Amino acid sequence: MADAAGLSRTGEVKGLGRSSIADYAPTYGALAALVLLLIFNSIFTTNFFDVNNFRTILIQVAPTMLVAVGMTMVIATGGIDLSVGSVMAIASAVAATSLGYGAGIAVLLALVVATVVGAFNGTLISVFRIQPIIVTLAVLISGRGIAQVLSNGGQLISFDNPSFEYLGKGILAGIPVQVIVMVLVVALAVFLMRATAFGRYVLAVGGNEAAARLAGIKTHRTKITVYALSGLLAGLAGLVETARLGASDAQKVGLNIELDAIAATVVGGTALTGGRATVLGTLVGALIMQVITTSFNMRGYSVSWGFVIKAAIILIAVYIQRPKVA
Amino acid sequence: MSQAETTVDAGSVRGNVMRAKLASFIQRQGALVALLLVSIFATIRYENFLTVENLTNVLRQNSMLGLVALGMTFVILTAGIDLSVGSLVAVAGVTAASLAGYGLMVAVLGGIAITTLLGLINGLVIAKARIQPFIVTLAMMIAARGLALAYTDEKSVSVPASATSFRELGRGQIDLGAFPLYYPILILIIAYILGWVVLKYTRFGRHVYSLGDNEEAARLMGLNVGRVTLGVYTLSGALAGLAGVLLASRQGTGQPVAGAGWELDAIAAVVVGGTLLTGGQGGAGSTLVGILLLGLIFNIFNLEGSISPWWQLVIRGVILLAVVIVQNRLSKRK
Repeated sequence: MADAAGLSRTGEVKGLGRSSIADYAPTYGALAALVLLLIFNSIFTTNFFDVNNFRTILIQVAPTMLVAVGMTMVIATGGIDLSVGSVMAIASAVAATSLGYGAGIAVLLALVVATVVGAFNGTLISVFRIQPIIVTLAVLISGRGIAQVLSNGGQLISFDNPSFEYLGKGILAGIPVQVIVMVLVVALAVFLMRATAFGRYVLAVGGNEAAARLAGIKTHRTKITVYALSGLLAGLAGLVETARLGASDAQKVGLNIELDAIAATVVGGTALTGGRATVLGTLVGALIMQVITTSFNMRGYSVSWGFVIKAAIILIAVYIQRPKVA
Repeated sequence: MSQAETTVDAGSVRGNVMRAKLASFIQRQGALVALLLVSIFATIRYENFLTVENLTNVLRQNSMLGLVALGMTFVILTAGIDLSVGSLVAVAGVTAASLAGYGLMVAVLGGIAITTLLGLINGLVIAKARIQPFIVTLAMMIAARGLALAYTDEKSVSVPASATSFRELGRGQIDLGAFPLYYPILILIIAYILGWVVLKYTRFGRHVYSLGDNEEAARLMGLNVGRVTLGVYTLSGALAGLAGVLLASRQGTGQPVAGAGWELDAIAAVVVGGTLLTGGQGGAGSTLVGILLLGLIFNIFNLEGSISPWWQLVIRGVILLAVVIVQNRLSKRK
């Protein structure tokens, strides 16, 4: 990764900056929708326009967003990662069972395991050439099982470890720690995708893998790295969620989060066909979904209708942002 | 084989041809070979395996997922995917359960009609708006689940006790003496025979294959791609509806959370059976084998009795991966 970042300073092409304005234009549609949602709710939903409420929204969106950053990169290569929820559960179980060795070791161990699972996905997908949906579906099924095996048969493991729980409960300068983690990860990912050679490789592999390989890009390595990153970020999300709850529930942690992450990504303007990605768009997409959930709860509407609205937003967003076929 | 012998005389070439044929056979029928091996293993190891009661149970438990997987087969053959089927199972179930008081036909047709319509909407959006099936059916998966939850106020709908004929549909049987033929099993068999005939012998079936094989070529040859797309997603919706109706009938309630995760089980069965996700290759028979293979493995877990549910999950995922890796290796040898 270090060499990729190093290349960026010289490899950054100025001309790309101009053309990218059009590339990122789809993001503004989603951003406009988010702003409208916020204005509407600030006026019509009592107690919505409140610092505490915004803080809650950000806390709730953090795990989904961490997963969605990895998902955005995976989707940019034309792939998909269904295993993220199970990887969250594995990381949660690993951390909870190894907290005895200290919070630092537990976090490190959990993140390493999550990254290894992601790299395993990436290896099967790139080297063995098996479709991403099948590989990560198998890991979704097995991973949940592994997490339950690790946690002594899917038992709830509660713990009392303030330094670990700081990750999900701590507040730094008035801002919840997981929100800071989320912002840092988003900033790093934006930098990685826009300003490094690695980001260009990811888009090139997603745009046309054969051409990317002929151009000398190590496509296998790029894909394995992307899935490993997705695993790492899912692991981090699992740790945040576990720390916030003060317990590890291997049966529930991260359940169905892959759907939320995919939805946030496509609403944000990243194309499922690969070759195009916007991490900030994904952030907007995740926030749209979370604001809908929160406002439905606050207004006392049934969450069931919230599902229908979310589905409509996914379709409308993708329809508006679909690439124009000549 | 005789043709190969007359045209090819060099022994080594013949050996290669035969090896390639064997590889292609295993790739296409690998699941069938695995199914036979698993059956032999289970027959030897468990005395309760090869009994009418046990095998009937396997079929009963998998009949509804089997119907969903049949619809999924049509969709995947066109290189599409339908993530909405699990939610459609719930929609049909709660609809049928709430209509059961008006009679068997109303409940069955009502349940199937609404999911057929939702499947049609999937197909329409995919064909007309040109949005990827993955996204369209993901949205339908979320929306249909929301509809089922909203309609039932997030509670399950019980089938009235007076609706005996509706309850009978999921639980009843035709008594064939030694072999009790439960209605869901009968429906499953009929559906697969029809599915096989449609795919193999009708124009629609051939169009499904050509669309999955090469959409652009199919379009250039004048095939109505939109109509075929509409057809497969509507069919998938209808079969998911039928499965949901049978499930509600068997359980005596329509549950808005029913069918969760079935789309993944159905995709796994289709892929394990040997139908390629890239479309154009596979069929109804393959999927039936896939369903039976996964069903038997689950049955063996039960007969073994000592395998914890979480280890079962691990093994299921590993089997799915192993089967796909073997198929993949063999199909590339050609």
